[in-house]
Amino acid sequence: MIELLSETRCTACNVCVKACPANVFEAVPGGVPVIARQGDCQTCFLCEIYCPVDALYVAVDPEHVTGITESAVVEAGLFGSYARALGWKKGREGGADSDPTHRLRQASLTAMPTGPRSTAP
Amino acid sequence: MAAIIQLQSDVLVIGGGPAACWASLAAREAGCSVVLVDKGYVGTSGATAPSNTGTWFATTPERRARLIAEREKSAEGLADLRQMGRVIDTATQHLHVLAERGYRFPRDDDGELYIANLRGPDYMRFLRQQLVRAGVIVRDHHPALELLVAGEVVAGAAGVARQLGQNWQARAGAVVLATGGCAFGSRILGATGLTGDGQLMAAELGASLSGMEFSNQYGIVPLHSSVNKGLPYFWASFYRADGSAIDIPPGQRFPVLARESLEGPISARLDRASGAVPEALRRGQPNCFLPFERAGIDPFEELFPIALRSEGTVRGTGGLKRGDDDCGVGIPGLFAAGDTLERQDIAGAATGGGGPNASWAVATGVWSGKGAAAFAQRLGSRAAERSVRPAGQAGLRPAASSRAIDPAEAVALVREEMLPVDRHFFRSAPRLAGSLTRLDTAWEAIRDHAQGDGVAALRLREAAALLASSRWACRAAQARTETRGMHRRLDAPESQPAQARRLTIAGIDQPVLSFDSLPLEAAAS
Repeated sequence: MIELLSETRCTACNVCVKACPANVFEAVPGGVPVIARQGDCQTCFLCEIYCPVDALYVAVDPEHVTGITESAVVEAGLFGSYARALGWKKGREGGADSDPTHRLRQASLTAMPTGPRSTAP
Repeated sequence: MAAIIQLQSDVLVIGGGPAACWASLAAREAGCSVVLVDKGYVGTSGATAPSNTGTWFATTPERRARLIAEREKSAEGLADLRQMGRVIDTATQHLHVLAERGYRFPRDDDGELYIANLRGPDYMRFLRQQLVRAGVIVRDHHPALELLVAGEVVAGAAGVARQLGQNWQARAGAVVLATGGCAFGSRILGATGLTGDGQLMAAELGASLSGMEFSNQYGIVPLHSSVNKGLPYFWASFYRADGSAIDIPPGQRFPVLARESLEGPISARLDRASGAVPEALRRGQPNCFLPFERAGIDPFEELFPIALRSEGTVRGTGGLKRGDDDCGVGIPGLFAAGDTLERQDIAGAATGGGGPNASWAVATGVWSGKGAAAFAQRLGSRAAERSVRPAGQAGLRPAASSRAIDPAEAVALVREEMLPVDRHFFRSAPRLAGSLTRLDTAWEAIRDHAQGDGVAALRLREAAALLASSRWACRAAQARTETRGMHRRLDAPESQPAQARRLTIAGIDQPVLSFDSLPLEAAAS
């Protein structure tokens, strides 16, 4: 679920308040928004890509808070990583036209994989 | 309480996923004014937005015939071949409309436009832009709580504008329900808001449901994650805790993994991917790699623990029973689209997950939007002159004395009864009966005593809707005393030819179940 809203990165544009489908964030007059309803987060990661300044971090676990720190996220290079993987920039869409999924569907039809590469890890 | 927001249009669409968007666009193109109200935000709401989904389309008669034949087989006697053809044709046409309007489909290696896949975040953002361009009034964070009726005719809806602290009332000549399926509180991508709201609202007016026993599709997730996307597992091998590989006969992946998961922890590794596949997986399915990237795991080389997580009716096939080709649900002025409707037409007893469901959302969205527009146009200006009354019951207007009810307790109960593999992947009469006793008790408490306003009412209505869908699912699973498709009865492991028929449920308090009289394949020609 959503774990971090970086107060140093955030510009208080409140896009996350609007775009979160679960209404997790709350705008604060004169300040940056807050994560007001963390438990309602559905862990869809979409706030990250709508944020124009990569100020949000959603941890993978949808049921428990991991308590990850901002410095750990910075160190791992994870702020904005989903947006970069998609090709979205500054909260704007992009990259759908270079989605290589057709190669996967092609591969799944033509090269049916057989048994595990190794039988035991 | 602040003043009530008043909205008015020819057509009101409730929901914010692809079906709601296509319904809005179709009604607008038919010349109607359209208001769309959504619980969340159009662009991120629903199960499609965080996903990457295939589409079900055909540009040649041969492919069309092949798609229908494949699905007819997996549907185990419950599909409708004519509707399959209609869905493929309408979806194919509108996927091309998307391309014409500027959605950036990729091109394949031959330079052909590749319409077989939609990237959820981009697709939903594009549809939002189309709504704005078409002049649809979009109201985000306006969850609907109940329908409004004029006599026996649906005439609008009412709800809460949760970011404004106000209630809203929308009057319309016709209403489309596109609120999605019911995920029973499962934490899968995009499903928190999928609480079966539309099914409850329609059933309160007497609409029937069908296929609710097919409400138990399960997907693979990396353990402790929400990412239930299946494509990478095509290249996976699966292992037990002692490191031994799990042997999976063709077509048996889910039953085998479900059984193994009850025995002990299971893991996966994408070790059948080679050549260009790993790179294409990483770039083409970035959401699938979030759990790995964030845990520092290389899924092609390392084992990662997995679990099976329920996807409810979202990837099952149960929902409101479609009454006609316009997606009316048997109540004048009320239409439904997408996962709110049952999808046995195209998937029968098997999941419609992926391409068929995505195309179903497009097609039923278009049909319901056109149907609602025609209904509203027949009413004309009389629509706005009608006096209306609200039709919502459980959570809004208690049958007995009002007292405090905690909706979180009801949601927790639904999760406990509906999500575990040993309750619903594998079903049995005693467990279903036990679940129903507890679910009925919780339903009666909400029905008799719950009353809320504003956001409190929303939570109570969601709890009521979850309980209603859970009770329908368990009753339908009880009544189908056989195994068919995803409905697996440990106490009745064979299919019964006499039950190759759909199962209809009517009513909420005391649901009445009956098998439809005619095998659909016979009627479909």
